[in-house]
Amino acid sequence: MESNSETKQHTLLSSESGIQRTQYPYVTGSSVVALKYKDGILMAADMGGSYGSTLRYKSLERIKPVGKHSIIGASGEISDFQEIMRYLDDQVLNDNMWDDGNSLGPKEIHSYLTRVMYNRRNKFDPLWNTLILGGVKKGQKFLGMVTMIGVNFEENHIATGFGNHMAQPLLRAEWHENLTFEEGVTLLEKCMRVLLYRDRSAVNKFQIAKITEEGVTVSQPYALKTFWGFKAFENPTAGAEGSW
Amino acid sequence: MFRNQYDTDVTTWSPAGRLFQVEYAMEAVKQGSAAIGLRSKTHVVLACVNKSNSELSSHQKKIFKVDDHIGVAIAGLTADGRVLSRYMRTECINYSFNYESPLPVGRLVVQLADKAQVCTQRSWKRPYGVGLLVGGTDESGAHLYYNCPSGNYFEYQAFAIGSRSQAAKTYLERRFENFTNSSRDDLIKDALIAVRETLQGETLKSSICTVAVVGVDEAFHILDQETVQQLINAFEIVGETEAEAAVSEEGTAAEEGAAAEEGAAAAGQDAAPMDM
Repeated sequence: MESNSETKQHTLLSSESGIQRTQYPYVTGSSVVALKYKDGILMAADMGGSYGSTLRYKSLERIKPVGKHSIIGASGEISDFQEIMRYLDDQVLNDNMWDDGNSLGPKEIHSYLTRVMYNRRNKFDPLWNTLILGGVKKGQKFLGMVTMIGVNFEENHIATGFGNHMAQPLLRAEWHENLTFEEGVTLLEKCMRVLLYRDRSAVNKFQIAKITEEGVTVSQPYALKTFWGFKAFENPTAGAEGSW
Repeated sequence: MFRNQYDTDVTTWSPAGRLFQVEYAMEAVKQGSAAIGLRSKTHVVLACVNKSNSELSSHQKKIFKVDDHIGVAIAGLTADGRVLSRYMRTECINYSFNYESPLPVGRLVVQLADKAQVCTQRSWKRPYGVGLLVGGTDESGAHLYYNCPSGNYFEYQAFAIGSRSQAAKTYLERRFENFTNSSRDDLIKDALIAVRETLQGETLKSSICTVAVVGVDEAFHILDQETVQQLINAFEIVGETEAEAAVSEEGTAAEEGAAAEEGAAAAGQDAAPMDM
């Protein structure tokens, strides 16, 4: 009915056609932790996917290779990450189709992601992720991140989500330029164990990815040894007066 | 009577399998004043001859900076050249906005060639009447390409286009094997000599030529006139007469080349061959 049109709202945020934007995430992945080490980049993430606060999925691969020189790790909306992977695979495919020996390095992919994320947030339709991009090309190590609103930076060690609170202090204390592969993995596992203890949406099933000049390897899923008998775990609310 | 039936639009084939309009556009490149390009492993030098249309006017610009790592030298319709340079600038700036890294030269050249090709296949369009020497550097080193109105492109070690370019080509063909390991200054020297070869009796002065350089560690820039004059003086490249005395072999060969080129142009009045 035409008379209805008078009541239709025309504002910046809602057009007549009624486009729906993502207002909150559905299935989410938790922290990703990554660091530079002697020969490249190491990245770790668990494989859980939460539907709200329900641990709904437990075999999600949240670390993926991008072309020959990069890996990406994602926390946040899983379906948005899958869409981002489609964009990235398009980029890589396009590179291969040129067949001219040129390829996007981690720096270029990171920049591209920055543009995509910021562009989507400007449409008030953000991709609900925090992304970590790592890679090595021509002897240059790269580790950077992008958030759902387009904030981006490079760092020697990065952790998203809860990891930014729980893992970052450990990384600041123990990270150094010349970490060996073994030291790097040990440090990441330490971070992931702390997250497993303290982040209720973390699950004990991990993947660790390594990227060097030689290429990418993403490990098979594995679990960490845990010990829940610590005294402090017995009555977790004891030290938090005023909580229920 | 002698009207060519097959040249009224770009998309019409002649029975001999030729596209006359495209060939005419290729001919426009030869009418323009000469442009020269040569490259080593690390540098590309572009040079051109500046001709003004009248005593009262200045000359038109024939070398354009596209980005820090790419530049072009053009021969033919300057107006078309400027349009294509603008397109190239846009492509470069968009690429560096997206990826924060420079657009590979080879990719830009393919995009440019595709753009030119479209004009050879649409009845309501006309081909660009300009040849472009695209010089630039990227991950894989220094590159020099020639893009022509037909939509073809070629990679070169050294090349010359425009009027009397045959003389420059003859010079470059004799020397190109040394270019790969040339120093930047030697490349400029060879560029200036190649420019001189295209001049007919005129003396080489900085006022009638432009030289530009781009290198792996050197952003594209056009050398200013004083610098060019200093180089001309330093290399003692002066007039054709003097050059003949110094290197008689080169001088005569160049003259032959020039004569041959003019002959070809005269023969090509009715039907232009699609050669390079």
